[in-house]
This record gives sequence, structure tokens and C-alpha cells, in this order.
Amino acid sequence: LKQLAEDQSGHKQGSNLAFLALAILVSVCSVAAAAQAPTAAPPQAPPPPAPPRPIILLDAAHGGDDSGALLAGNQPEKSFTLALSVRLRSLLAARGFQVVTTRESDLALDPTRRAEIANHAAPLACLSLHASESGSGVHLFASSVAPALPARIPAWKTAQAAYVTRSLAFAGVLNSALEHADLPVTLGRTALPVVDSMTCPALAIEIAPDRTPKAKVPTALDDPAYQSRVAEALAAAVLEWKTEPRQP
Amino acid sequence: MEDGAPPAVIARHQAVLLIVLVLASAIMGGLLWRQLDRAHQHRLIGQDSTPTQAPEVAPAEPATLLVANDLENSLIAETQTLPLPQDSQARARLILGKLLDLYASPDALHPVPGGASSVAQVFLMPLSGPRLEKPEARSVASRLPNAHPAPPRHAQPEPSPTTVAGPQLAVVNLTAAFAAGHPSGIETETLTILSLCGTLHANLPRVAEVRFLVDGQPRATLAGHADLTRTYLAADAVPTEGAHP
Repeated sequence: LKQLAEDQSGHKQGSNLAFLALAILVSVCSVAAAAQAPTAAPPQAPPPPAPPRPIILLDAAHGGDDSGALLAGNQPEKSFTLALSVRLRSLLAARGFQVVTTRESDLALDPTRRAEIANHAAPLACLSLHASESGSGVHLFASSVAPALPARIPAWKTAQAAYVTRSLAFAGVLNSALEHADLPVTLGRTALPVVDSMTCPALAIEIAPDRTPKAKVPTALDDPAYQSRVAEALAAAVLEWKTEPRQP
Repeated sequence: MEDGAPPAVIARHQAVLLIVLVLASAIMGGLLWRQLDRAHQHRLIGQDSTPTQAPEVAPAEPATLLVANDLENSLIAETQTLPLPQDSQARARLILGKLLDLYASPDALHPVPGGASSVAQVFLMPLSGPRLEKPEARSVASRLPNAHPAPPRHAQPEPSPTTVAGPQLAVVNLTAAFAAGHPSGIETETLTILSLCGTLHANLPRVAEVRFLVDGQPRATLAGHADLTRTYLAADAVPTEGAHP
């Protein structure tokens, strides 16, 4: 009996050792498997949204029944301004701007609607594009309304009053850029209903043929190279305006 | 009366008289028609009978014209000697007419067709009472050398528009033909308006504000750009030395 008890005790001890070895083996395998398994990606925060692109409003003047001035080659002003708006939109988009236009086709819009589009967009700058056979070079016009402090509810016809000072600063930036591009520039103030109602730094830009004595042959408005120079200079000026330290 | 008698006829002298009367009536009718037509033509001419040329008896006086230059986008003061009437409204119309005559000349630096006849009338009226409450009007009035508050209307009889001493509003009535023929463009339209305002203010310093009508009616723009519905401050149109408007 004693011999039998010793045999059973030795057998039980052997079983325990085998079970322990098996457990160690299983643990090692599971650790190895866990090391080889792909680690699950920890939850990450969503990427920060891209900063909003600054908005520029382009207003191609006239349209529809309102043809505007008759330019060289019997081209109506409304077609010239629309073509310039499309060209400028591409240049500005390439420079990182979001461009809002008042019209993309031969559409009649009254000044009130144009100003509404501009004011809803809250743009960095507004450019009302015009063309004329009178004068020479590029004419920059700011509103002639008297500067005033911002009002909570500004009067519609003089809403530009709170922005005139910045509009004049914007005119200075455009003037520098156009002169840098060797384009003749004149600055002035005018009473233009669409600009007077805009709540943004706003300018009316009128393109005329280059009739300066330096240009021995007057450069016509339908000259593609002239149009390209003007558009490039305007786009460069708007880019410079974005980095203007006085910008909010 | 017997049957078969010849029908009664009028006597020869009566027939002749009748024919003469009919002829006389026709001639008188023709004369009357001609007289009516002549009177109608005379009346049409009389509608624009205001002289555009000053009477020769008026003494010649210097007048300052602010002449626009499209290439430089500027107004240049130019003195012309003109025989000017004493009446302020006629004087204003004559001076503006002379300015537009310059623009209608072939070698004009600011070419605008139309000439002197484009200014139909110029009305001068006192700026009084509520109008002076407007900040913009007040600022102009304070800059005038002879500006003073208008007397209350009930204190004294209504003065003549052209003899009142305070600041005045000038209403310039342009012809539709002038507006229709004006070149379209921001610069050219703005220069026309500013030169009209500035010339008025330079010769009639009491003119503080200017409004424009076309054929007696308000009009949105001059030729598609410059706002004609607003009141222009005349003093703002007078440029400083070498400045653009």
C-alpha cells in the first residue's frame, strides 16, 4: 500500500510539472503572437480644418439690356468686364483666394442686387470692373461718401462710409502694383451707387486704352497682352492687400 | 304756274357773286391756316427763348471755368471774360453754357457733344431750415465765407431766391439730348459733374449744393455710371492745387 501511495504521489507531481510546462508554452506563444499581430491604431483627433480662404468679390459691371459703353471694335463694355472678371477669377483662385462674382453670364443686375451679393459674402475686398474709351490707363475710384464710424445699422446708400478709409488704402496698394507693372494710373473719388452701398474695402476699376506719350501707339482695350498685364497687376495687388498689416 | 315751264335758275349776277364768295372764303381759309401755322411755329420757338448768349449791353466780366482733362483726370481753372447778366440764374446758365461749349469744341480735352444749349435752366434756391440739419450740408455752410443761419420763415417775408444771402441749392436742368450723347464711363461722367459743380461754386460762392435733372425729371445716372440722384456738395468739386477730384 505504501508503495502504491508513493507511486501515485510521484505520478501526480509529474502531471503538475507537465501542466506547468504547457502553461508556460502557451503563454510564450500568445506573447509571441501578440507581438507579431498588427497593433490597432489608437484613436486620433480629426485634422484641424483648413483656414478659410480670403474672399474677393468681383463685380463685372453692366449686363443684359445694359450694355454700358461702346468700346473699340464695337465691343460692349458688359462683355469686356465679364471677360476680365473671368480672367481675374482664375488668377486670384491660383493665389489662394475664394472668388465670389456678381454675374457669370450676360445677366442684368441692378446696383442694389450687386451690393447685396457683396455684403453677404463679407469679402476682403470688392472690385467693380468697368471699361471706357475715355481717358488713359487704369482709373481707380473710391466712393465719394464722407468717412464715418461703423454704425450698427448703416444707411444703405452710404454704407461704404465706414470702409472709405480702408478703400483708399486699398487704392494705394493697387496704384503701386499697377505702376510697378508700368501701367498709367489715375486716382479719384466718384458717386457710384453699387460701390456706395458695399460694406467692404471697395473700388471701381475702369480700364481705358493706354494713351500715354510713352506708348507711341495707343494700346487698345482689345489687346490681349494689355488685358493680361492689367489682370496680373490687379491680382498681385490683391495678394499684397491680403498681407497688409492693417487687415483684421 | 303753268305745267312744263322751265326750271327756275338764279340770275347770272347772283351766280357770279356766289362764285366770288366761294373763292373769297377759300382764300381767307388759306390765309387763316397759314397764320395759325406761323403762330404755332412762333410759339415753339418761344419755348426756348431764354438767351444763351449774354446781351451785348452787359459788361464783360471774368468768369472762372473748371475745365476737365480726361487724360489727367483733373480739373484746371481757366478764366474767361464774358458779358454776364446781373441775374444770378441767367449768369449761372450762361457760364455753364460756356463751359459746355468748350467741351463741344473739336480739340477739347474732355470731349462732350451738346454745347451751351445742353443746359436748359439753372434754378437757385435758398438752403434753409431742415436742410442745414444735415451734417454734410452744415459742413459746407460753415466753410462759406458769408454763411449764416437762415432766418426763421415766419419772421420775415419770403426772400427772392436769387437775392437771399445764405447758402443756395442750384438745380441744373440738363437736356435729354446731352445725357444721351454723353460718353459713357466713370471718369468722364464724374469729371463733367464735378466741373459743373465746381464752376458754379467758383462763380457763385453761395452755391453750396447742386442737384441735377434731365428734361425736368430725376435720372439715375448721367450716362450709365455717375449717380445723378444725389446732392453734390459744390465746394468738394473745387480741387486744391494740383489735386485730382
